[in-house]
This record gives sequence, C-alpha cells and structure tokens, in this order.
Amino acid sequence: MNWRPAANQDHLLARATLLRAVREYFDGTQALEVVTPTLSAAATTDPAIESFVTHCSDRNNSCRYLQTSPEFPMKRLLCAGSGDIYQICTVFRQGESGRHHNPEFQLLEWYRLEFDHHRLMDEVAELVSTVLQAFEMSAPVEFSRISYRNAIKQVTGFELEQLDYQQIEHILARHTVDCPLSANDPLDHWFDLLMSTVVAPSFAHNHFTFIYDYPASQAALARLRTEGESTVAERFELYYGELELANGFHELNDAAEQADRFRHEQQLRIERGHAKVPFDQNLIAALQAGLPDCAGVALGLDRLLMLATGTDNIYQLISFPDDRA
Amino acid sequence: MASYSTNEFKSGLKIMLDGDPHAIVENEFVKPGKGQAFSRTRVRNLKTGRVVEKTFKSGESVEAADVMDTSMQYLYTDGEFWHFMDPTTFEQLAAGKEAVGDAHFWLKEQDDCEVTLWNGEPLIVTPPNFVEMKITETDPGLRGDTATGGTKPAHMETGAVVKVPLFIEEGEVIKIDTRSGEYVSRVK
Repeated sequence: MNWRPAANQDHLLARATLLRAVREYFDGTQALEVVTPTLSAAATTDPAIESFVTHCSDRNNSCRYLQTSPEFPMKRLLCAGSGDIYQICTVFRQGESGRHHNPEFQLLEWYRLEFDHHRLMDEVAELVSTVLQAFEMSAPVEFSRISYRNAIKQVTGFELEQLDYQQIEHILARHTVDCPLSANDPLDHWFDLLMSTVVAPSFAHNHFTFIYDYPASQAALARLRTEGESTVAERFELYYGELELANGFHELNDAAEQADRFRHEQQLRIERGHAKVPFDQNLIAALQAGLPDCAGVALGLDRLLMLATGTDNIYQLISFPDDRA
Repeated sequence: MASYSTNEFKSGLKIMLDGDPHAIVENEFVKPGKGQAFSRTRVRNLKTGRVVEKTFKSGESVEAADVMDTSMQYLYTDGEFWHFMDPTTFEQLAAGKEAVGDAHFWLKEQDDCEVTLWNGEPLIVTPPNFVEMKITETDPGLRGDTATGGTKPAHMETGAVVKVPLFIEEGEVIKIDTRSGEYVSRVK
C-alpha cells in the first residue's frame, strides 16, 4: 500500500501559504468569498470536458454531476445581486491526468462587475504578483499580452484566415510534431494542436503571457465582439512559459445565445460519441433575469503552486494524487 | 482484440503501431485551455529499439501488443540460436540474433534472464543486471596497486571486454553491471 502523501511537508506548507495569500488579497479588494454546490443536476456541455457522474440510489437513480467548474452557480449568484465574488474549490474532470493534470484539482474563480477582459487581465497580473511575493521566486514576475491572432502569426507567419488544416499540417511537420488528426477533424482541433505543440512552447520562459481575443469558434462562455469583418471572443488565457494557468471571459450575458451554445455543444457531443448531458436550465433562467456586465476568470492553484515552488510535476504538490487517492 | 485508451497510457505499456510492438517510454497529456486534448508520447519500437514521437487524440484507442516479460534460464548457444528454458514448465525456446543483440556478451549458462515474448516468440533478451564472469585474458596484475585508479582491458569468457582495475589478474571472477558494461567488484 502506498499510504504516504505524494507532497512533502514543504509543499503542504506552500499550499497553505498560497491559500492564505489569495484570501488576504480578496479581503483587501472587497470580493465576497462564496461556496456553491459540488454536485449538480446539470453538467458542462463542453465537448472537450468530461464530467464525473454519480447515481443517487435514494432518488430513483437520478444523476448528479461533479462540477468541472463553479461557473454556473457563481453566475446565478451574480444575477441575484451578490456583487464581486470569489471561490476556492475543488473541480473534477475525467481522463485528465499527467505531469500538469490531476482529475481533481483546486480552482480559484472570481468575478468583477463592470470589468471587461482587459481590466480583468490587469487584476490577474496583480493577484499573481501579490501572491507570489509570499514565495522566493528566482525569476522576476513579468507579464506581456498578445492577441491569439498575433500569437499565431508570430510563430507561423500566417493570418488566421490563411490557415486551413493542410497549412497547419505543414507547420506541424516543420516542427516535427507527429499529427493524429485528419481532414475530418474540426479545424479548431488543428488549432488546439498547433497551440499546444508549437505556439505555447514559443512563449518566453519564466514569463507570464496573456493570450486574448480568441476565434469566435473558441468562445466558450465569452461574449463576441465584431470589428470590421472579423468577430472575436472576448476570452483570455494566462500562460507561464508554456504552462497554462488561467482562463477568463468578458462574460456572455445573453440568455438566448447561451442556450443556443449549450444546444450546439450538446449536438457536438452526440456527433463525437460523448455522453449526453443535461445543460443548466437554471443558468439560462438567471441570465434571463439579468447578469450584470462582468468578467470572470478561473485560475488553477496547483499550477500556480508549481511555478511558485519550482516543481515540474503536479503530483508532488497534491497530498494524495489520483494514483494514491 | 485487447486495446488501450490513451487514458490508460503510462510508461512501460506495450502497444501495436504500424504492425510492430512498441513500449511507451514517456506520455505527456496536453490540453490547450478549453480545447481538444492530446497524448504526446515517445515510444520505443521493441523490434528495432528505435524511439520515435507519436501523438494521439485523447480518448483514442490503440491495439495492445501481446508482449509479456518472462523469467527464463539461459541454457546454451549453438552459434545461431540461444536456448532458454522456462524454469516452471521446462519448456524451451530458441532466440535468434535479433532478439539477443548485445545481450550475448552477458549470457552465462544457467543464469536467469528476462525474455520478452511477442505472440509467444522471443523479442528481446535482457541479461540480469549483474553477472559474475571469469577473465580469460588480461595483462598481468600490478600487485598492491589498489589506489591509483588506472584501468586495463580484460577479456571475458563470453567475448566481452571490460575495463578492470590494474590489480585484477587473469582467471579471476569479477562482478559486472550489464546495463553499463562496467566492472563492479572482484568476486572471491
């Protein structure tokens, strides 16, 4: 039996230090700490995320899904007038396991009223800088920002519109990335592979990079903005080197569009052979009542802890990771 | 036919790729933000020993290779084949040059080796990590010289050549680490 923790005492202390620093930061910036349910009757419809599901024997075997993010209930709080809120919680995602992934991990999620994604990026940088002061980092904490379009262009030399799957295949081959995709795979999957294997590895090491304004097809829960002929999603991601740390949105607050996106994703799940899951009708009802203009972000605390402690495997920071949980 | 999902990938797992058995050396799960996940692996072709990179879509299934590691006793060589015996069933198997490779330098009769079987045929022969062998030829020893750290080549009964300390004599038995081919100690 492997009963011992995977994280050593220093790493357990580091997590406690991180959590304290995060709470101090939000105490000082007037955001309310909230708790929302871990189990929900609805699931995420995101075709790339698989929820854990549990059956309730005392309720006719009805399903409950473990949260993959606290986003929906937190938005319901916002719609009910909570004001700025934050939450530290454990989220669960099936099949995500590796050097940077554990199927359950700790997320910090927060929302700011009247912020757009750029103002929230300012705050993410401020929070990360503040929290990291509690640790002895050898590298200075520096941030830069680049749009998704320009990040792709910088590495490939191409505008987004010029890239079809054949072009991407060509670029991947030039970077000696073996490609498991075919012409039948959605173009976004090709972009995902390009991002993970070529673009993100080109980001400056020991440096924070924000990527913002994603293609509309990768909007997730962000609102769209049309400028001239191109429409972008007001979404951002934060990377440290090539390690992805956070994902944020200028939040979509159109109930009808949200319901359309849920239904579209449900359709994609069926086409791709994933489990059919119910979407959150409560969120749609809340959006109908009105979500104040806001931006929100989810930041992986285990990943932040990796760079704060200079650890290259997430398992070393988790008391009992999946292989001994 | 048995298969593995990429979720089950871990180093050491044996899978079939392009008709050859491969072992996963390294597996890295990558997932950009909210998008499609991939498994980036390095796999070793068990027939050729070549290591290549291979990327899979997360959730994809890959055929399992019917590869099994067994412990067998080395019996003898007839010059073309090396013969091994399963110590429990007494069943005998002959492994050819391709499977034995450089391991033949470290095969001593009656030593227990690891024989990797693919569809029941020997694929790789791995000698024990440490073997004891007799030196058949080396320059005369320098008595008392146990400190200078110099070495000289010594020829083993199997044809292997190992660097040994200067004080070692012809006819002595020494312990060798077969993974590095290095001298470990004298066996008294």
